[in-house]
Order: sequence, then C-alpha cells, then structure tokens
Amino acid sequence: MFGCGVYGFITRRNMIAILISLELMLNAVDINFAVFNRFLFPGQMEGMFFSLFAIGLAAAETALAIAIVINVYRAARNVDIRQLTKMKF
Amino acid sequence: MESLGSIIAYFIIAIAIIVFSVLAMTSGKILRAATYLLFVLFATAGIYFQIGYEFLGAVQIAVYAGGIMVLFVFSILLTHKPGANAPRLTNHKRWLGLSAALLGAGVCLYSLLSYGSMMMQKMPDNFSIDIHGIGQALLSTDKFGYLLPFEAMGILLLACIIGGVVIARKR
Repeated sequence: MFGCGVYGFITRRNMIAILISLELMLNAVDINFAVFNRFLFPGQMEGMFFSLFAIGLAAAETALAIAIVINVYRAARNVDIRQLTKMKF
Repeated sequence: MESLGSIIAYFIIAIAIIVFSVLAMTSGKILRAATYLLFVLFATAGIYFQIGYEFLGAVQIAVYAGGIMVLFVFSILLTHKPGANAPRLTNHKRWLGLSAALLGAGVCLYSLLSYGSMMMQKMPDNFSIDIHGIGQALLSTDKFGYLLPFEAMGILLLACIIGGVVIARKR
C-alpha cells in the first residue's frame, strides 16, 4: 500500500491524484502504528494516539491542499503539473 | 483474533486493501481512483475494528470516508471534465516510480521481518479500551497524557480553516 502510494506520487501528473497517493501513504503508516501498538505493547496507547493525531493532521493538510488546487485551477485552468510552470524561476 | 473466521476476515481485508490501492493508482479516470481510495479507507477502518481499536476505526470512517472523500469528489468535479482519461505515462517516469515503490516496499518488508519473531507471539486477549480511558488520556497532563498535542491539533485546525478561507477566497 505504501509502495503504491510512492509509485503514484512519482508517476501521476495530476495534482489531485498526487493527493490521493499521499493519503494512501498516510493510511499505510497509520495501520502500521496501530497494529504494532496492538501486538507489541497492548497495555499502552501511544501508537493509537499517534494514528489519531495523524488522521487529524491529514484532514487539515488535505483541506488546505485542495484549497490550493482549486485556486491554481482558477488561475491556470489546469491541474496538470507539467503545464504549471509559471511560478518556477 | 485466533479463531478461523477472524483470520479469514483479516485476509479478505488485506487482499481488498492491496487490490484497491493498486487499482487506485493505475486507473485512468480520476473519479474512479477516488472511489477506490474510498474502499481502501473503509478496509483500513475494518482492520482497526478487528484489532480492537473501535474509536480509531470510527474516527477513520468519520474523518476520511466522510470528510476527505467529499472534499476530493468536490474538487475533482470542479477541476475536471467528466470522463476524461489521464494521458499515458512515459516509460522513464514509470520505471522511476516503480523502482522507488519497490525500494520502499523492500524497506518496509525488511523492518517487518526483522521483528517477525515478536509478531508471531500470541496477542493477549484480555484487552479493552473504553471511550472513558481515551478521553482521560487525551485531556490529562500527567505522564501518558496528551493535552499538549491535543491543543496543538486544535490550533493547527484553526490555522488550517483560516488559511483555507484566505487561499480559496475570491479577490
């Protein structure tokens, strides 16, 4: 799942698809935190809280990134990152 | 966890996660990719429910499958013509992405297998996390308390709301 996320992050040429692959990677890491917490240290809850805060962080980051994407689309009529070269220097 | 039915359910969930994440990355239409991502998120919540973290599964469904997917679908419909296919990839990019993905998967597998002996032991069964304990831990200030990250998340979400409004506002 993490590998799929990395693959999509590098190969996709669409900003929203890149966001989707970012969500895949975050979810893979969350699963690992929760499962390792459950199997190795079942009395404590650190991994679960880390997953909880990571979910909250992912929500914030996605909302902000989608605001940026919509703004870029409004400015350039496009979300293809090969053609968004106006702000490069 | 040790019974046969839960093991079968675990394998079904795991195979569903793998298949749908591969499909989400390889499908041409962006809306279909978002739908496959929704299935992956639901299966992840299923894993959380299965290992006993009901609160985490509920948060996963509410935040991801409820909020983030609606945001994705809205932004896809705002920025794409329906039914448009993604252009074909060039070979160079595909090999670069595939090698990076295999490298990441290899590192994950190595770290998993090096702890494999610890994972093979039986999971303790007397286990319950209640909502009361979660709430106490989130708002306590002693050693295993999480008040400071909780407040930091609150500030971060507030900043995110203001930033989103400022960025997406019409000028």
